[in-house]
Amino acid sequence: MNFVKAIVAAGLVAASTSAFAADITGAGATFPFPIYSKWADAYKKETGNGLNYQSIGSGGGIKQIQAKTVTFGATDAPLKAEQLEKDGLVQWPQVMGGIVPVVNLEGVKPGEMVLDGETLANIYLGKITKWDDAAIKKLNPSVKLPSDAIAVVRRSDGSGTTFNFTYYLSEVSADWKSKVGSNTAVEWPVGVGAKGNEGVSGNIGQTKNSIGYVEYAYAKQNKLTYTGLVNKAGKTVQPTVEAFQAAAANADWAKAPGYYVILANQPGDKSWPITAATFILMHKEPTDKAASGEAIKFFKWAFAKGDKMAEELDYIPMPDSVVKLIEKTWSSDIKS
Amino acid sequence: MAVQSDASEIADAVGPYDRARALNAFKVGDVTFYWITRISAISVLLILGGIILSLIVGAWPAMKQFGFEFLWTRRWAPSADPPVLGALGPIYGTLVTSFVAMLIAIPVGLGIAIFLTELCPQWLRRPIGIAIELLAGIPSIIYGMWGFFVLGPFLAYTFQPFMINLCAGIPVLQDIFAGPPSYLSLFNAALILAIMVLPFITAISVDVFKTVPPVLKEAAYGVGCTTWEVVRSVVIPYTRVGVIGGIMLALGRALGETMAVTFIIGNSFRISSSIFAPGTTISAAIASEFQESDGLHQSSLILLGLLLFVLTFFVLAAARLMLMRLETKAGK
Repeated sequence: MNFVKAIVAAGLVAASTSAFAADITGAGATFPFPIYSKWADAYKKETGNGLNYQSIGSGGGIKQIQAKTVTFGATDAPLKAEQLEKDGLVQWPQVMGGIVPVVNLEGVKPGEMVLDGETLANIYLGKITKWDDAAIKKLNPSVKLPSDAIAVVRRSDGSGTTFNFTYYLSEVSADWKSKVGSNTAVEWPVGVGAKGNEGVSGNIGQTKNSIGYVEYAYAKQNKLTYTGLVNKAGKTVQPTVEAFQAAAANADWAKAPGYYVILANQPGDKSWPITAATFILMHKEPTDKAASGEAIKFFKWAFAKGDKMAEELDYIPMPDSVVKLIEKTWSSDIKS
Repeated sequence: MAVQSDASEIADAVGPYDRARALNAFKVGDVTFYWITRISAISVLLILGGIILSLIVGAWPAMKQFGFEFLWTRRWAPSADPPVLGALGPIYGTLVTSFVAMLIAIPVGLGIAIFLTELCPQWLRRPIGIAIELLAGIPSIIYGMWGFFVLGPFLAYTFQPFMINLCAGIPVLQDIFAGPPSYLSLFNAALILAIMVLPFITAISVDVFKTVPPVLKEAAYGVGCTTWEVVRSVVIPYTRVGVIGGIMLALGRALGETMAVTFIIGNSFRISSSIFAPGTTISAAIASEFQESDGLHQSSLILLGLLLFVLTFFVLAAARLMLMRLETKAGK
């Protein structure tokens, strides 16, 4: 098995890195891909050093860093402390963002509709099948809803976005938790699968009466109709930087070993319920120390100078206190 | 070439009477040629064996865990504890899409081939022929995108509602053509597959139809046969083996096609009686899940690959058997 994995991983990386041999290589989550590529672009202009990031999904990122085929891996589903220990990895949150439900309904504008966790879970469980279902009508008395079937769209590949989305559904729906649970790939009761955030965005844009979930930057870039959500405090919130930040403010990063914090369904009147951090994984004892040093330099630069760019794409920068903790982790845990 | 010039050089050097040496040189050339071709042929078997072996090694954990139940388990739950993985969904999708694709592609492909060789005016032959060959040259991902952006909406808004209304109330058919209409479905994938395999059937049929000796056809026309009778009683029986070969090649492609299918089939492991429901095929399941899989999940995907291998093998073996029986019947 390891043999097969190694060949697949080596093949993928060889194919993707041969043209950029001198650059830092990373692979993983699709969720932070827009901001990582923006940072890489600015960093290249400033320092001349490039970064090659392959958005292949969180599970792929974890596997590639375990196989030591990349300088860093990226994942939205954080590894538990014992797993990190076992693989000799260091993990830290690099940036935060929001996951938003998106719909394609004629005449409905972004932010016009509201859903709550239970309704969302019931749609994805296949219990609610029509747009004019009483539960949706009750939340949206002023929206004209068609009596058509709901076309449910989800990811077909394993993904950190799916992990955070299903984690949220498990938090709000006991039925979801017992029947489906949360993971990077789950046994979906209904719906069609599309590959990547891009695939889901494309499917929603194309299919009438559909619903899906994507990272907020993808929803914004593709001008998709996102919905508001009712949060844990019972308040309706819209996906904004303030709402994501409100959710992030509650997290206690200092006390979590390996920064293992999942931000879904946080308390607070203004909190966006499906907020998520995305993580970077690196080896404690990297084989290529020069490359790993370069990567740390890049992430340091991103913390110092990348906040504005992140906010432009509606990501949330990590708070300064957390950045200080992470920099301490770098100097104490990663050998260079 | 080399052997020949060597031989003539030898002949020049030692004169025309040293037959033994000249013959020996030919023999060496012959033996070398024999072994080169033999090694090439055997290497195919070795490569094939290597592929099967590595598939079995990779699939072993899943085989041990699920046994034969893997074949008829409907659930695909990699994140359940313990994982429940079964191949029935992908096997069903593979067979249904391939079957429907062949159902559409065989008559259309043969129709085009017969038109091109027997009925088509000379000036139209080349444009149609080139168009068919171009179909074979389009990359499969382009078919997938076209299926998603153009064919999918067309089917979902026109053809599918029409079929659903038409079949409503008719037993069996109302279950096969059941709503809701969808961009991403088994039927859409099958239709794309049909278009993709069409050139295989057509190009090979055209080629073999051209091998029918004109004198046979002229004789048939001479005793007053119509074009249809000539095609049915002379052309098709004469070229049966070639035509079936083309169909098998097309079926092989349909069973294994990945990229275009992944785009438009909906990647759902559930089995639905409706052909307008999303599904998945073995190759689509592997393509979308392999990268993110590990442990038993990955092993199960490799086992799926092995199943596809076996499935294709049986289909081709069945085709050979059928051909053999046809030939004995024909008294050859």
